[in-house]
Amino acid sequence: MELLCPAGSMPALKAAVENGADAVYVGLKDETNARHFAGLNLDEAGLAEAARVVHRHGKKLHVAINTFAHADTWETWRRAVDMAARAGADVLILADLAVLAYAAERYPKLELHLSVQASATNAAAIEFYRQFRIQRVVLPRVLSMNQVRAIARTTDIELEVFAFGSLCIMAEGRCYLSSYMTGESPNTAGACSPARFVRWDETEDGTLESRLNDILIDRFAPGETAGYPTLCKGRFEVGGETYHALEEPTSLNTLSLLPELYREGIASLKIEGRQRSPAYVAQITRVWRQAIDAVMADPTGFSVAQEWDRVLASLSEGSQTTLGAYHRKWK
Amino acid sequence: MKFSLGAIQYFWPKQVVQNFYRQAADSAVDIVYLGETVCSKRRELKYEDYMELAHMLREAGKQVCLSTMTLLEAPSELRELRRYCDNGEFLVEANDVGGISLLQENQLPFIAGPAINCYNHHSVRRLLNMGMTRWVVPVELSRDWLQDLLGQTLITDVRGCFETEVFAFGHMPLAWSGRCFTARSENRPKDQCELCCIQYPEGRTVTSQDGQQVFVLNGIQTQSGTRYNLVNQLGSMQGLVDVVRLSPQLDDTFDWLEKFRANQHGETQVPLAKLDSNGYWLNLAGLVQK
Repeated sequence: MELLCPAGSMPALKAAVENGADAVYVGLKDETNARHFAGLNLDEAGLAEAARVVHRHGKKLHVAINTFAHADTWETWRRAVDMAARAGADVLILADLAVLAYAAERYPKLELHLSVQASATNAAAIEFYRQFRIQRVVLPRVLSMNQVRAIARTTDIELEVFAFGSLCIMAEGRCYLSSYMTGESPNTAGACSPARFVRWDETEDGTLESRLNDILIDRFAPGETAGYPTLCKGRFEVGGETYHALEEPTSLNTLSLLPELYREGIASLKIEGRQRSPAYVAQITRVWRQAIDAVMADPTGFSVAQEWDRVLASLSEGSQTTLGAYHRKWK
Repeated sequence: MKFSLGAIQYFWPKQVVQNFYRQAADSAVDIVYLGETVCSKRRELKYEDYMELAHMLREAGKQVCLSTMTLLEAPSELRELRRYCDNGEFLVEANDVGGISLLQENQLPFIAGPAINCYNHHSVRRLLNMGMTRWVVPVELSRDWLQDLLGQTLITDVRGCFETEVFAFGHMPLAWSGRCFTARSENRPKDQCELCCIQYPEGRTVTSQDGQQVFVLNGIQTQSGTRYNLVNQLGSMQGLVDVVRLSPQLDDTFDWLEKFRANQHGETQVPLAKLDSNGYWLNLAGLVQK
């Protein structure tokens, strides 16, 4: 079972490989990936350097090119594939069926993974994408453990699941809430609730208000921890009650599911967070390396060490973690 | 320009659905999509009921298409999907590539629904090779985007082989989740939802803490808080859009159909409601009204 860690920069990439990642995933500095944030990601020279560092440690480099190509700038996506192949990437993570088709035909030896942004939630969808020679599918975070198990038992393709990090409550690649509010979505611009639309206002009584493109996402009382206004994690009013109508600001944490994921033959555990710091990546990677080693050494005797939970909670949104959709109660 | 009625997105009692389609049969609509696209637990109408409606509408001169589920997770949902794909009479709208996969297997033509991620000319061309005959454009795309795409040589060569359809009226489907937000709003777990969404035939409104309507909850689907309304943009669709889709609303759907038909060359400015939007088509944030 592979540990796949995020890197938005060279220091983060080094932190991942030095702390036990089996593979690292990165993106290019443009709209071709779903974490298109200012100051993040690599250019062509950075990508080649990343490949050298990762390969020197005997690990793998995955490159996410997982947004949907625009008609007038199709060349940007084609060039991203060429650039990643040239730089020595081991794997491309793709979502757009045209980009998949191009990569499959132009680089027949390059390993292709289906991005979570392609939203393959069932065996028939996986079958559809097989025509593009994919070797692995990254499963969306909307599936329960039962559903993951059902897919694992009906397909012989490698499966990758999200193990830890920010929780997307919508089927990835099929959520336009961000473009509805701001004009930019993960699919079209590679970003959800983009930072340039965020505004913080403090009212006279000390209440802090977070807005996205002028729309009020949440209000925080003085002293209350205020989180980034990701639009699905705000408090809204439904039927006279104000609450997190869609989702609380929590992080996904599947440590306790590790033995089950291992038993079902899940090929890879993905840690979310290319936007995170090198220190964050180092700490998360260390915990998950220990956990995976423990489950592989003794799957039946595995238990979650308190220290792991403590570290992960300290690195989570609102210090809260959840099993998300994997757990039935979440629904 | 043809007009269509998309599949009913809300959970309505059987009687209400049947009345709606009797009105559709008497209306001037050209194409009708039938089926459950949001939640497989909603079973007021079963496959046989939809087929009965399909035959009634076909006899009334409508083109009938069967629309299928968007978020398919369980093996039982795939079995149900297969029934619709194997119906043997009517064209199928696939809202998940799993549907395309089953239709492709049987070498059947298909309509790519608005939740299929098709954003560029190469993707359109690939889908055409697989059997797509009509492409329903993702709701977040603009007129400019569509024009750029359809203007590519790869597409102009084959433009006669497929129709384009645009979602132009109604609350827009914006997201699908593993969680049921209607059940959550009633503090019910999803597997004990007791189909409470049937009490909300227009969904549940979500407002910001300062009173702006931001979303509508419809089971596992999140819709736009505004009603999308492109009645004044039909002129700008000429030459780009073959089919204009109206999404069934609880009230006034057929009045709006008439307003759309009367304005298909865009001669008049129809007054919009305060909560109408047209931003996406105009290359702006979706909730904007210009």
